[in-house]
Amino acid sequence: MDKIDAKHVNFFYGDFQALKDISMTIEEKSVVAFIGPSGCGKSTFLRLFNRMNDLIPGTRLEGEILIDGRDVYDKSVQVDELRKQVGMVFQRPNPFPKSIFENVAYGLRVNGVKDGEFIRHRVEEALKAAALWDEVKHKLKESAFALSGGQQQRLCIARAMAVSPSVLLMDEPASALDPISTAKVEELIHELKTEYTIVIVTHNMQQAARVSDKTAFFYMGSMVEYDDTKKIFTNPGKEATQNYITGRFG
Amino acid sequence: MRRVCEKIVEGILTCSGFVTSVAVLLIVVFLFAEAMGLFNKKVVEEGYVLAVNKANPVRRLSALQIKEVFDGEITNWKELGGPDVGVTVFRLEDITAYFSEEELGDEYERAPRCVSRVVAGHPGIIAFVPARFVEKDFPGRLLDDECVSFGEVFAGKEWFPTATPAPLFGFLPLVAGTLWVGFFAILFALPFGLSVAVYMSEVAGRRTRGFLKPVIELLSGIPSVVYGFFGLIVVVPLLQRVFGLPVGETGLAGSVVLAVMALPTMITVAEDAMRNCPRAMREASLALGATRWQTIYKVVIPYSVSGIASGVVLGVGRAIGETMAVLMVTGNAAVIPSTLLEPLRTIPATIAAELGEAPSGGVHYEALFLLGVVLFFITMLINLGVEYISSKTGRSK
Repeated sequence: MDKIDAKHVNFFYGDFQALKDISMTIEEKSVVAFIGPSGCGKSTFLRLFNRMNDLIPGTRLEGEILIDGRDVYDKSVQVDELRKQVGMVFQRPNPFPKSIFENVAYGLRVNGVKDGEFIRHRVEEALKAAALWDEVKHKLKESAFALSGGQQQRLCIARAMAVSPSVLLMDEPASALDPISTAKVEELIHELKTEYTIVIVTHNMQQAARVSDKTAFFYMGSMVEYDDTKKIFTNPGKEATQNYITGRFG
Repeated sequence: MRRVCEKIVEGILTCSGFVTSVAVLLIVVFLFAEAMGLFNKKVVEEGYVLAVNKANPVRRLSALQIKEVFDGEITNWKELGGPDVGVTVFRLEDITAYFSEEELGDEYERAPRCVSRVVAGHPGIIAFVPARFVEKDFPGRLLDDECVSFGEVFAGKEWFPTATPAPLFGFLPLVAGTLWVGFFAILFALPFGLSVAVYMSEVAGRRTRGFLKPVIELLSGIPSVVYGFFGLIVVVPLLQRVFGLPVGETGLAGSVVLAVMALPTMITVAEDAMRNCPRAMREASLALGATRWQTIYKVVIPYSVSGIASGVVLGVGRAIGETMAVLMVTGNAAVIPSTLLEPLRTIPATIAAELGEAPSGGVHYEALFLLGVVLFFITMLINLGVEYISSKTGRSK
C-alpha cells in the first residue's frame, strides 16, 4: 500500500524553481533513500512531507502530496497534527537545552499528554527503540548536551519516535557522525522499518545501498531515476545515475 | 619587515589592553582611597570642639545624639546618661546673649575668657566653639573626639551631611532609595521588555522589525537629562493627578522613567539572544508537532535565558547607576521609602547633587566617595549574581 504519493510536485523559492515535476510513491514500512549532489532538491522535497518549508517565506508549491491518501497541503490539515504523524530527524543532532528525559518527553508534552506514568513509559520505549536506553538510563536527568554526537543523534531519533509517528523523515542523519555512530544509526533504521515508513536523504551512497529498499536519484531539481536500490546501484537505467554512483561527478 | 610590523601591532594591542585595565584599577583604588579617609575623620566639624561643664559625667556623644541635642530634641542630660539637668545649648554666636560687646572686646579678643565663664557657670551647658577659643586653663571639659564610626554610616538612618556641629552620614535611606527605585523600574520594564523582545524576534515580520528596531535603539541614544525633563513635565504631573498626591516627585515617577530608559538595552540584548536560538532547535520543536507559541516558550526562551538575563542586568545596571533623570523626578528626600508614592533619593543623585558643594577632602566629600564605593559594590553584586544564575541554568538545562 502506498504511504506517500507525490503528484507532479513543482516547488519554488521565490523565482527559483527548486523541484521540477516530481512524482513518486513510497510504500508503507519501506525505506526510501534520496541521493544526489548538493543543491539537487532532495532535502527540499523531503521537507515538503511535513511542511517544514512553510517556515521559509516566499516559497510556492504546485502539485499534490498525499500521505495516507490525504493531501497534506489541504486547507483542512492542521500542520502540528501532520507533524505529529510525520516525524523528522535533522542533519545535525539538535537536542533541546533540557535533560535527556525531557528531550524525549517534549513531543508528548506539547501535545498535551499529562499522564506522568504514560510519559515515562513512552520515553523508555522510545529510548529503547533508538538503542540508547542502556547508555542513558542512569542519567536521564542530565543535560542532553553532555551526550556524544552519535548519542545526541539517536536521542533525536528517540524524540521523534516518542510521539508515535507513522513516517520518519531523516535529513542526512549520519553526516555529522563518526563511522561507529553511523553504523549504529543504520542498524537502527533497519530495525525501525518494521514499524515506520522511512525516507532518508543521504550523501553517502554506500549508506543508501545498505539501508534502503528503493532509491531516488535527484539532479538539478528533477528526479532522474527512482527504482529498487539494488537496480539503481547495479544496473541504473540512466547514464546520469551511472555517472553519479560511480563517482564521476557530484 | 612584515614580522616587525606584526610585532609592533601586537605590542600596541598588548599595551592598550594593559593601559585600560590599569586605568580601571586606578579608578577603583582612587575611589577606595578617597572613601576610606572618612573613618579617620572626627565626628565634630574640624577646628571646633564640644565642651561641657566639669561636673558633667558624660564623656562622649554619638553624632546622632549631638544632632538631637542641638536640634532641641534631647533637652535633659538624663537621656544621655548624665545627671537630671536640663541641656543648655551654646554656640559661639549665642555669646552676645551672655556678654556685652565691651566685655568681648572689639576683636573678640576676650571671647575665650567669656566662653570659659559660660561653661563654668552653667552645669547643663554644651558648648560648640572653635578650638582656638578654648583657653589653656579651661574650666570645663572637652568631650572626647570620636571618629566617624562604621556602624553610624552603614546602619545610620539619617543623612544630614551639612548639619553642625556633627553631620550625619547614614547611608540606609540612600541605599534603600536606590534599590527601591531600581527594583520597581525593573519590575515595570521586565514585562514590556520581554514581550517586545519576543514580538520582535518571533512574531514581527521583516518590515515591522526593520521599523521597530531602529526606533528602539534610538531610545537608548536620548540623553538622560531629556528623559528627566520628560519625566518632570509629563510623568510627575500625571502621577500627582492620578494618585491625588501633594507632590508628584516620587519613587514611582523615578521608577517609570528608569523603566523607559532601561527598555532599549533590555529589548535589544534579549532580542539578539532569542534570534541566536539556532534554527535547528526551532525546527526540531516544530517537527514534533509543537505550535509556534509552544516553541517560543518551551525552547526559544529557555535556550536564550542567559542572554535575556544579561539584558535584564544591563538594564538594572543602567537603572541603579542612572543619575540625572532620577535626580530630576524623585524629589530627593533622604528618607527610607515605605511606599512608592513618596519622594526618595538615590546614591547617584546624592553624589551628583552634593559633590559640587562638598569641600574637597572634607568629611562630606569623603562620605560621597564612600557612597560611590557602595554603589560600585551593589552593581558588582548584581552582575555576579546574574552571572551565577545564568551559568547555572545554562548547565543544568
